[in-house]
Amino acid sequence: MDFLVFQVPMLTVQALLDGLLLGILFALIAYGMALQWGVMNIINIAQGDLVILGGYIAYFMYLYGIHPGWGVIVSPIIMYFVGIGIYKLVINKVVDRDLFISILATFGISILFMQLMNFAFGADVVLANSGYGTTMLFENSVTLPNSKIFSAIVSIVFAIGLVVYMKRSKLGRAIRATAQNARAAKILGVDTEKVYAATFGINAALCGVAGALISITFTIHPYMGLPYTIRSFMIVIVAGLGNLPGVALSGMGLGIFEEFADYILGTEFRIGSVFLLLVLILVYRRFKLSRKREYLK
Amino acid sequence: MNKNLILYLGILILGLTAPFIFPAFKVQLSILCILIVLATTWNIQGGEMGYNTFGNILFYGLGMYLCASVQVGMFFPLAEWTESGGEKTFVHSPTQFFQGMAAGLIVAAVVPTIVAGLIGYSILGLRGHYFAICTLGLGVAAGEISGGIEIIGAGQGFTTPPFPNVGGLEARGEFFYFLSFFALVLTFITVRAIYSTRFKLILNAIRDNEDKAEAMGIQTMKYKIIGWMVSAFFCGLAGGIMGGLVGYIDSTDVAFDGREMGVFMVLMAILGGKGTLWGPIIGATIFHIFKEGFWTFFLGWQYVALGVLIVVIVIYFPEGLMGWLREKYPERFGEVVDEADRKAQVELK
Repeated sequence: MDFLVFQVPMLTVQALLDGLLLGILFALIAYGMALQWGVMNIINIAQGDLVILGGYIAYFMYLYGIHPGWGVIVSPIIMYFVGIGIYKLVINKVVDRDLFISILATFGISILFMQLMNFAFGADVVLANSGYGTTMLFENSVTLPNSKIFSAIVSIVFAIGLVVYMKRSKLGRAIRATAQNARAAKILGVDTEKVYAATFGINAALCGVAGALISITFTIHPYMGLPYTIRSFMIVIVAGLGNLPGVALSGMGLGIFEEFADYILGTEFRIGSVFLLLVLILVYRRFKLSRKREYLK
Repeated sequence: MNKNLILYLGILILGLTAPFIFPAFKVQLSILCILIVLATTWNIQGGEMGYNTFGNILFYGLGMYLCASVQVGMFFPLAEWTESGGEKTFVHSPTQFFQGMAAGLIVAAVVPTIVAGLIGYSILGLRGHYFAICTLGLGVAAGEISGGIEIIGAGQGFTTPPFPNVGGLEARGEFFYFLSFFALVLTFITVRAIYSTRFKLILNAIRDNEDKAEAMGIQTMKYKIIGWMVSAFFCGLAGGIMGGLVGYIDSTDVAFDGREMGVFMVLMAILGGKGTLWGPIIGATIFHIFKEGFWTFFLGWQYVALGVLIVVIVIYFPEGLMGWLREKYPERFGEVVDEADRKAQVELK
């Protein structure tokens, strides 16, 4: 086996670190997905496209001379209202319906967003240069862009902030109550319609943060949304709904897997390996459950 | 029965004469046939069995690549063909072309069927949205992976053998039209035959309540796999024909086009009404006409329109055209309606 990873051991460290920092970002997106899946029982295929849209907001700030780092503040605010708009237009009509309806409807939104972004921003691969420089580790054999460290820290701050908000605030309590039993929450005076809208808005805002960070750290492109959706879906099904440490851990695991797949299989198979991993995980879970005559549901 | 026979004969005659009546639309009509095949076979899963798959695109793309590869590989080295961009270096003689096409179509239909049988046990054990997402992943993964394989053209695409210079200018269009019409007739006969047997009832039982069906002693997994294999057979065949018709195969834009064709088949079946024999056919026809209109007059905005269309159809017409008709004229569908009961139900709503 003449893989580069085994010849240069430091590349392993590089891939591990890259994967870890990338995985924290994935976990942030997955957190949003877990939130709205748990509360509204909706799988949002447009999740990745919301991320990319958030990235374009940061990119545009960069184009107009504002430091893209501020995108992590501006982008979620804009995306929150975008999310509420999507909820009011489409999602509120599919909340109580069959899950497949929501998958298809959000698939439609995903295609719509993808194409609108393609029109508005062009089909080029872009990135917002943050100018944070890089850190060299281990006698210059491992390069670590500071923007990645920045993105990991911001993700963690936002995730912790949201956890605290969900625990302490009134809206957070209402959201958790609705997730447990929407009907009972309604009887006890929670305006579930409002809670749903807020949940979708928060999800979109999280996507906005993640998108802004991705536009700083990596690159964005109008058609890159779907892999982010699949990644967050995968993280959520591995971790389970409402298991936040699990989401963080499996996010990092996925990040590391991707970096190694990138090195070992080559970049052209990177996205393919993510989708294949999803299939393998689902099949594995299916066989594990079928021993007890149960199934994924 | 007699009325049905006249209807079928009429459609058959219309289908056989269509390329001569509308000579300018031969390619469109061929694509329509392919779309109907895809929608009808999707309906076996999504409509009758209740397994909403995005993964039939896998068999379609597989069939497309296999047909073209066999057609080339039978006579020329495949790697050199794809490297040179195909038609410039090697030329198929007419006999070679048709022999290759025939062999290619057989392989394109059989191999996806086997693949469906092999992966069926693992994938069909998933249910509901997990199945939907898993098959979505399968389709996209196939596209991404085939885009990295050198011998079938990788990212730069695969040119299928051009139609040989026989039979005049119209020959190509007519050949592909009759090929796809043949596939359509074959699909329709098979699906109709299936729908009149116990097999369809079993599929419906799986859709309505799989656990109960299993408790009644039906080996649900066996029937699910057979159903998927039937779909895979026709999807592969359709893919093979489509590859020849388009003339160029790209991994993510033509073959494993989960964003377009993969969603189209779902949409067409839903638009016409899933779970009916004629629904997907009507849905595909309406959809194709609508799509072509949009593609022509709003070039560039077609995907925006497509996204809006998906959302509107899914939210407002989840039962489709046939479902709407069924609601309106239940007697025509052989349902006995108790008027008092219906009124009571309407009041309850």
